[in-house]
Amino acid sequence: MTRVLIPTGALGLGYERAALARGVANRPDIIAVDGGSTDSGPSYLGRGVSKYSRSSTKAEWRELMQARAEAGVPLVIGTAGTCGADAAVDWLFEITAELAADLGQNLRVTRLYCGQNAAFLAEALAAGRIAQLPAAPPISPEILAECSNIVALAGAEQIQAALATGADIVIAGRTTDTAIIAALPLLRGDQAGAAWHGAKVGECGAIATTNPASGCIQIEFDAQGFTFTPLGTSARATPYTVSAHMLYENSDPFILYEPGGYLDVTEARYAALNDREVRVEGSVWVPRPYTVKLEGARVAGYQTVALALLRDARYVEGARAWADAVIAQTHARVAAQLGLAADVYDFEIRLIGIDATLGALENRRPVPAEVGALAIVTAPTEALATEIAKMANPYLLHHALEEDEPMPTFAFPFSPAEMSRGALYEFCLHHVLHTDDPMAPFRLVITEVGHG
Amino acid sequence: MAELGRIVEKVRSKNAGPFWLTIDIFCGNSDVFARVSALPTCRVAALFGVDEASMKRFDIADLNVVKFSVPRPVVQGTRADRDMHGAAWACLLAELDLDQVPAVIAAPDQSAK
Repeated sequence: MTRVLIPTGALGLGYERAALARGVANRPDIIAVDGGSTDSGPSYLGRGVSKYSRSSTKAEWRELMQARAEAGVPLVIGTAGTCGADAAVDWLFEITAELAADLGQNLRVTRLYCGQNAAFLAEALAAGRIAQLPAAPPISPEILAECSNIVALAGAEQIQAALATGADIVIAGRTTDTAIIAALPLLRGDQAGAAWHGAKVGECGAIATTNPASGCIQIEFDAQGFTFTPLGTSARATPYTVSAHMLYENSDPFILYEPGGYLDVTEARYAALNDREVRVEGSVWVPRPYTVKLEGARVAGYQTVALALLRDARYVEGARAWADAVIAQTHARVAAQLGLAADVYDFEIRLIGIDATLGALENRRPVPAEVGALAIVTAPTEALATEIAKMANPYLLHHALEEDEPMPTFAFPFSPAEMSRGALYEFCLHHVLHTDDPMAPFRLVITEVGHG
Repeated sequence: MAELGRIVEKVRSKNAGPFWLTIDIFCGNSDVFARVSALPTCRVAALFGVDEASMKRFDIADLNVVKFSVPRPVVQGTRADRDMHGAAWACLLAELDLDQVPAVIAAPDQSAK
């Protein structure tokens, strides 16, 4: 039997303090927490940074380090620093070392690096060891080389290898959401289908309960299945909340692919043990050749944005025609003054209040009180993006729908009007790497930290 | 008039990784599930502007859930993406009128065959 304490769906999301204390009192075998996801977009992987503030991450991590010391068991974080790039692992390691000194803890910290070398992957690509997943974009050695960060998603084997170093804390780079939870139960011989299924249900903390904000849950794995226990004061799990969680962020609610196989929950049986705990049995693990998924991000240009607000009713009604004219005039000025063709850069205006969210799919046509004109320039350099946005500025401020009307002025909420967003990153890998040795694409670094 | 969002418990849409979107319709009971389950996939494909053949669909009676998964028409976070988390796709489905006869949508399907 293996008892896993999961404090929250992701470090930085928060949790109920009393629930964490309850979980520690239950004497878990390991504390596992997720640190990231691709869900916030490619910029974090592209830059190798966390989306959460350093201070809030440090505050929560401090509490988890204290819980670990009290429980006397390993603390594992997966996908450290939102993206799991090597730099994000080092960022959390630095925080950990500061906290260890603060708290007077002497710790063995093992870092699992998941960053990939483009040249190594180009060889694998040439050797036919990289396969594309459904809806993957085309790749080439050039695209791999353009990525500022590529990570491979570690599975249970790599987390087990990190735990085998005798680590008090494992800071893992990119892992699958489930790997940090499934690793120890699998190592101890608990049922494999249950290990992965329980891990999937638990990876978002208390989302699979009636009180998602309570965060903390506990899962007990054994030879037949798993038992899911919410730790929040008012949180309850039911066969419905637990079974429905397979739907979450998963394109197929019955199958979940992992390194070395897939989970099939088609035959899983869910039973209420009481009014708040659920027992699950019958999930199946199907082994397959060993692969790890790859994620990569590269720069796709630089963006500068500006926002103008149309409040005049005639302009609200004519917003699309107005925006089209602003775009045409800006293109003409860029051509005349910079000698640049319109295909060298991109300039669009999204009309907030009209269809900024859904674009061409929008099927409602109400007339709003005001329209936000979000002007977005994407260009090969940051300087050029800002230069073009500045050229659009006079039109965004004063463009008249009719030539013979007095010059209008629109509301600008900011000065300067232009805001540089820096690099625009894009995800460019949706592939798997075949590897006979699960550890080959990964690296472990073991460090003793603390006050000496 | 039976807007889907007014008769079901919840409709949510989210990324399933950067290249896929998944939309879950929690119907709440078997009667509503039967009504939603009768929704032709081609209507949802037209609503989302995607190829019906690329979609996955799951009608899960045990949960009273209907689930659609589609390859993202624009990859998450690329220049043309407007919705980083895929949050607003649920609104399109929630506003769909289940009683409406989809004459306009059915016509191109027939001509294509």
